[in-house]
Amino acid sequence: MDEFNAYLIGVGGQGIGLLSEVLIRAADHAGLRVKGVDTHGLAQRGGTVISHLRMGDRVSSPMVPRGKADLVVALERNEALRGVNTASKKGGALVYYDTVWQPLGVRLGHTEPVGEDHIGALCRQKDVRLYKVYDPELVEPRMQNIVVLATVAKHGLIPTVLDIHYRRAMADLMQGNMLTKNMALFDAKI
Amino acid sequence: MKQMGEMLLRRESFEEIVMGNTALVRAMVASGTRVISAYPGSPTPEIATAIGAIPDGKRPFYFEFSTNEKVAMEVAYGASINGHLSTVFFKSVGLNVASDTFVQLNLMNLIGGMVVVLGDDPGANSSQNEQDNRHFARMAYTPVLEPANPSEVYTCYKAAALLSKKHHMPVILRMTTHVCHAKEKVAFDALPDLVFDDTPKFDVGNGPYIPITSLVFPKKRRALANLAAVESGAEESSLNSVTDHGNDKRGIITMGLPFMSLMDVLEKATQKPDILKLGFVHPIPKKLVLDFITTHRSVKILEELDDILENDVKKIAYDAGVTTRIMGKADVEDWVGEYTYDKVYDILSRTWPDLLPVREEADQGVVVPDRPAQMCPGCGHRSAFYAIKKAIEKNDITVADIGCHTLGFLPPYEMGQLLMCMGASPGMGAGLSLFNDSRKVVAFMGDSTFFHAGLPGIINAVFNNHNITLILMENGTTAMTGHQETPATGKNVNGVTDKIPLKGVLEGLGIRHIYEVDTYQQEKLTDLVKQALADDAFSVVIARHPCMLKFTREQRRKKGYQGKRVAIDQKICDQNHECLASFGCPSFTRKEDGSVEVNPDLCIGDGSCMQTCPTSAISPHKP
Ligand SMILES: Cc1ncc(C[n+]2csc(CCOP(=O)(O)OP(=O)(O)O)c2C)c(N)n1
Repeated sequence: MDEFNAYLIGVGGQGIGLLSEVLIRAADHAGLRVKGVDTHGLAQRGGTVISHLRMGDRVSSPMVPRGKADLVVALERNEALRGVNTASKKGGALVYYDTVWQPLGVRLGHTEPVGEDHIGALCRQKDVRLYKVYDPELVEPRMQNIVVLATVAKHGLIPTVLDIHYRRAMADLMQGNMLTKNMALFDAKI
Repeated sequence: MKQMGEMLLRRESFEEIVMGNTALVRAMVASGTRVISAYPGSPTPEIATAIGAIPDGKRPFYFEFSTNEKVAMEVAYGASINGHLSTVFFKSVGLNVASDTFVQLNLMNLIGGMVVVLGDDPGANSSQNEQDNRHFARMAYTPVLEPANPSEVYTCYKAAALLSKKHHMPVILRMTTHVCHAKEKVAFDALPDLVFDDTPKFDVGNGPYIPITSLVFPKKRRALANLAAVESGAEESSLNSVTDHGNDKRGIITMGLPFMSLMDVLEKATQKPDILKLGFVHPIPKKLVLDFITTHRSVKILEELDDILENDVKKIAYDAGVTTRIMGKADVEDWVGEYTYDKVYDILSRTWPDLLPVREEADQGVVVPDRPAQMCPGCGHRSAFYAIKKAIEKNDITVADIGCHTLGFLPPYEMGQLLMCMGASPGMGAGLSLFNDSRKVVAFMGDSTFFHAGLPGIINAVFNNHNITLILMENGTTAMTGHQETPATGKNVNGVTDKIPLKGVLEGLGIRHIYEVDTYQQEKLTDLVKQALADDAFSVVIARHPCMLKFTREQRRKKGYQGKRVAIDQKICDQNHECLASFGCPSFTRKEDGSVEVNPDLCIGDGSCMQTCPTSAISPHKP
């Protein structure tokens, strides 16, 4: 593989860090050369957080260039729109969990809220395949990232990375009850 | 990776996906670093996280978070002149605080060696500025090594440690945000057998360690000689490298993360320029640079932030009478921000218009609502700002300080109208209070900052009778940088210590007007601030509430944890939006019909909002 870019975006507190760790390790288990970088520091306080992941033999910087993401993974609706707008390449894919953490301006009534239709329209414009996920049964919001992960795995959205690689990566990073719960959810969704 | 601590001490060689900050810790272990000191600040706190993963008693070194960067620098210095290899780390602006000590280090015979690890922040991702600390290095005759990725972090630290031990001088390892946080697979060598000789070797015979008057000159000469020796060593170093594309017309000199971006950009170029990448960024290897510029017709200096490398290269070219065209910064924007792929692409397209195809702009111009960082649900600082806003007049002046509470400047609070650096609020507030009888001055400060650099400003307010009110936002931790202990916590990274209570310190300073209250008692806080403002002297309000992010994380880890939240009774709610628009907790969602809902993903059920509702429509959610 020459180059495959994944751009993960969400809100501080949504658990994007774990998702990006699972993806980077899964890619490694699949034998890909992989690197990346996460947002740390101030932005984690309820701001937009981003994780870059880059795979392939012709990749140097850990950061995904604008408009060069083959895959955008978003954990929230506003961030999905932001991610596709700045990062998606033409013909890429978007997976997003359709929850809303209302941004400050919308809460204060200064800014128009983002609707699902905005995302659909932008995806059509950029020729981006759209996978919207949402699970009303899910009680633990901190496991939304696993639902998203299962969607990435199910549709084989990262070339050469297979279910077993995602499972191995999860087992590398979690243990005990947390691993059991997350693995069960992954199995159910894939 | 579950066992990061075990991994960092593993005797055999191995490969692992780690971030730059973690690779650094393995390098410190491998180099036999004996003493490490620090003060938290992004992009460096994960260095401490990795250190913390090594179980107590197994660490082959001593580690502490000192009260501030200057003290941390002094601790590392003291250890080095006693024969220990030491290291201090902190963020970019930390060097401003540490500078009084740092600029003298080069004069001293650092018999154990000492590495200064700096986390510079091009792009000001989480800093007040994007200062280029290579300026400090020049001023202090201190060599700088700069890695471009986690693997190089590992090799560069080891090289810095060796260099420092060889010349008994300080050496800077300059990392930048996306080198600290970059993740990749790094190959680590087996650990050498390390034997530590801990006999205290301090000896004035190794000095003198007293830099005054004429004693300074021989020391300065030694520092300059050291620097020259480092430079000649740099000529041969494998930390510098040339990528030869067989292009005798065009060359690029670069370093660090811009090199990584450059390599990506050149994938799109038809005729790739040759590249000289420097790991030694101060002093730069003169012969190597001269050789590179004389063998190319034009050379671009691709350098993030300031034009330091550019000036160095131009000087070399001028002295040697080389006629190669050397192109540095051309536009103000070249001085601003991180050299990402897109930035480098645009710069090189301007430098050589035929080099690259025209870059397409990805952004479709869609408007997406901004999402600035915010105080967390339940944050005590939010209750404090909400209550304090009621105590002050519109025209009064509120002075912010560094920490999570800085975010009070955002709407709807707009509290804290000016910000400088850690501990600056009482001093700036004092200045604002002079010749000013009409506008009260209120300064804010966090508890870690209180001990870091806050005390001199507070003592000044007492000493010089400044009539301002200071509000200490005590949340029991250094919250913004990831919950490190403060001297008031009763614990440090190594175990239990005596608490230094804020109130006791203030009393000891003889401050007469001290008030204290939990910030969730909003009405009482409003009253106390009114009283404090009425005092005709320096007054302090301790506005206390534990950091709720830290608290909630700890609760979640407990067995049988049950999440809590509040609910809004839609029959009672009259949609006055006090909770949403004035209290402003992110857990509230505005629906299109004007009704308000609680986002169960966000709400922690702290209930600090309940008292803000004029119709008492908010109550704990009963499952
Ligand atoms: C000189 C300097 N060192 C470190 C930092 C990094 N920093 C940013 S916020 C912060 C935490 C301040 O803690 P505290 O005063 O307790 O406020 P809190 O975040 O807990 O509200 C630190 C250390 C900085 N900005 N400047």
